[in-house]
Amino acid sequence: MSAVLQPGQSPGTGPLADPPGDTAGAVGPRLMVRRFTRNRLAVAGLVVIVLFLLFCFAGPLLHPTDQTHTTLSQVNLAPSARHLLGTDAVGHDELGRLMFGGKVSLLVGLAAGLLATVIGTLWGAAAGYAGGWIDAAMMRVVDAGIAIPALFILLVVSAISTPGVFGLVVILGLVSWLVPSRLVRAETLTLKNRDYVHTLRAIGGTHTRAITRHILPNSVSTIVVAATFQVADAILLVAYVSYLGLGVQPPATDWGGMLSAGLTAAYSGRWWLILPPGLAVILVVCAFNAIGDGLRDAFDVRGRA
Amino acid sequence: MTAIGHSPGAAPEPILELDGLDVTFGTETGDVPAVRGVSLHVRPGETLALVGESGSGKSTVALAAIGLLPGNARATGRASVAGTDVVTAPESVLAGLRGRTVSMVFQEPATALDPLTRIGAQIAEVVRNHRSVTAREAHRTAVGLLRRVGIPDPERRASDFPFELSGGQRQRVVIAMAIANDPDLLIADEPTTALDVTVQAEILDLLRGLAAETGTGVLLVTHNMGVVADFADRVAVMLQGEIVETGPVEDVLLRPVHAYTRRLLAAVPRLTVAEQPPGQAAPALDGSGSGSGGSGSDSGQEDGPRSAPASTSAPAAATAPADEPATDVPAVDSPVVDLRDVRVVFGRGARAVRALDGVSLAVRAGETVGLVGESGSGKSTAARVALGLIRPTGGTVALFGSELRRTRARDRHALRSGIGVVLQDPVASLDARMSVAECVAEPLRVHRRGMPAKERQELVAGVLERVRLPRAFARRAPRELSGGQRQRVSLARALVLEPRLLVADEPTSALDVSVQETVLEVITELQGELGFACLFVSHDLAVVQHFAERVVVMRDGRVEEEGSTAATLLRPTTDYTRRLLAAVPVPDPVLQRRRRTERRAALAADGSGAGA
Repeated sequence: MSAVLQPGQSPGTGPLADPPGDTAGAVGPRLMVRRFTRNRLAVAGLVVIVLFLLFCFAGPLLHPTDQTHTTLSQVNLAPSARHLLGTDAVGHDELGRLMFGGKVSLLVGLAAGLLATVIGTLWGAAAGYAGGWIDAAMMRVVDAGIAIPALFILLVVSAISTPGVFGLVVILGLVSWLVPSRLVRAETLTLKNRDYVHTLRAIGGTHTRAITRHILPNSVSTIVVAATFQVADAILLVAYVSYLGLGVQPPATDWGGMLSAGLTAAYSGRWWLILPPGLAVILVVCAFNAIGDGLRDAFDVRGRA
Repeated sequence: MTAIGHSPGAAPEPILELDGLDVTFGTETGDVPAVRGVSLHVRPGETLALVGESGSGKSTVALAAIGLLPGNARATGRASVAGTDVVTAPESVLAGLRGRTVSMVFQEPATALDPLTRIGAQIAEVVRNHRSVTAREAHRTAVGLLRRVGIPDPERRASDFPFELSGGQRQRVVIAMAIANDPDLLIADEPTTALDVTVQAEILDLLRGLAAETGTGVLLVTHNMGVVADFADRVAVMLQGEIVETGPVEDVLLRPVHAYTRRLLAAVPRLTVAEQPPGQAAPALDGSGSGSGGSGSDSGQEDGPRSAPASTSAPAAATAPADEPATDVPAVDSPVVDLRDVRVVFGRGARAVRALDGVSLAVRAGETVGLVGESGSGKSTAARVALGLIRPTGGTVALFGSELRRTRARDRHALRSGIGVVLQDPVASLDARMSVAECVAEPLRVHRRGMPAKERQELVAGVLERVRLPRAFARRAPRELSGGQRQRVSLARALVLEPRLLVADEPTSALDVSVQETVLEVITELQGELGFACLFVSHDLAVVQHFAERVVVMRDGRVEEEGSTAATLLRPTTDYTRRLLAAVPVPDPVLQRRRRTERRAALAADGSGAGA
């Protein structure tokens, strides 16, 4: 028998050898993938996101454009073979600009969504686990934060200083962690009363261990689902802020900024300046939400179609 | 026993008849056959008990009989209720059948009732579903039904919400709903499993009375052989989806034919009852003869703790539990855990609940103390205080001789390494995201931080073998294990540090009897090897009688009675313990019938029959 007990290949977590295909983790992920793929909308969402990532990050290789210098001889051209989506008011190729702006939108959205999830997870887990007046105080902070519209804070901050991409990520992250913190707190409240946490506490395990080894791993489904929705929200928020002209500054842009720039053209029939970035935002946000739904199905323990 | 004979020939038409019933569940991982070729029948006025362990398909049969199988189930064969085949009948026909011809009593009264609707209205709704009566008439019927099921002051209670009722009263309301339209067939799926024994006895009395009164056929689904002995006329034993044995209750329980039935019955812990006059041989308590405990001393309270399961010991003063050494434990005087005058109050002000009120109890080295009581008696709270999970409002808790409140955090941490814990729920006890090895190794990671991985693996593998699990289980995920295996993993985790005290809070109450037997055997065996003390919390008096040397009976947050198990559970000195013992159904229909009569007589003698 001891031949089975080879030294662990995964030090730190698994003290024993990696499980072969028929044990431990194997059934879970496979089943989760099957559940996820059963949700057609979620699969479609995933495809959309992958396509957009390719479009924005690999697209410029196939369709290189100059998005820095203005080309005043080529302004406001309608879509043609040379400029598939036409050009904007300063002569940037609109298709190239969609890729260029999409990079910022997707990057800021993903980063800000993840940042918000991390902050919210830590805050919520700490509040839920501590309980009592600490929980009450921490959650009143969250309530207060939710009472102030995120957009308002964004506008105030943007009016004071002009954030770069990094600054935008931090600001968006700091205003949108509130909802995930509530979700994680609720999850923690039930998890901390599981018998395995009681057992750990009874034999003298620390709070840190209870949170990091038991509560957070078991809330991973909540956290991941919350993260996808946060990303979608963050992309929308970036679009709002940039639309109002307070996001990334020219010559850099994002989809929201493109919408804003195209607005002046709305009455002159230049649809190619509004429709593409608008559709892109809608598609990406819907796609992330669909993925979130699919992940929820995949993680659902009792779930059955 | 209902007054229905099993006279062959003159039997009336069966109200329920299953013929070659098959049920298969389509799941994500393929088809799972749950019921295979089950044939049985229930005649009016007769009670058929369907017994089996978890997963045997007994509940699926019950659901199939009322046409309530979940959507992923496919049933074939015939299941006719009063002549209607529920397997093929359309939903509209079934809806007319349910609640009128056949109705169901579910296990959990807390979830069977709508928490936001007054109980009178809930019963009236069932009445109006099937009869065109005015709201006022329906309400009157509801009040009448509440009276029939023994709810005191039904006119007033009809406007109560479910949360204002006790568990037993809620189950009475559920039964009232089930009998509201005088069904011909009542299906009761573990109707008393969620209830305390004394309440269980009352509910069984009620069901028995109602069935006899109206000639209703009853299909009783249960795992409890005592309940079967108490209530059923005939028994069908299920194993893996098939019926392996059917017959009159006395034949099946006293003279089982099938090997599985015999094994099942052998695994049932039997309460040894001593108050019988000689002539009726009580089932023997294994190891310690039933006579020794009774003759040990005149008053059971004076028996001191024992360390070997089979011997009675020198008397010790029960009031001063700390000053008498146990007989053959080497020179350990002070108890491993000592609760003195512990009070626990939850909440504040007028809504404060006294969970523990001046509880003192001690467990000495190597000794097993059974902590028994009904739900709400505070037994689990007491165990959690001993574990340091609940901080007492008053009194002192000493662990291994150090008073917890006076020790520094670091010392307290070290003390904790001497405790092992096994809790009730086999599912919630193990973190589903860890492997078995990680679960078992957790105490090592808490208390033996520097231990090399190799050594840890060896220790984990070794302790897994000790609890009779293969070493290879280390790599499995908890969800791949059965309930009994999970509890043994919990036990392995509890024992990996070789603790001096094991606190087990209902470690087997979620398990089947045969599995329970194995788990208790493993604990006993390891206790012999490792010599740890054990605080064993249980509601099951029969298990405690077999397992513990000393017993502490709790009631309403106080210690009602304590003493050696043999003495206390054979000759209880308090009425409460006596009532508790009398309510435990024994899996012997003849003996149980007599116990029931005696219990009723005793209750009647008390003057006031205790309301549920």
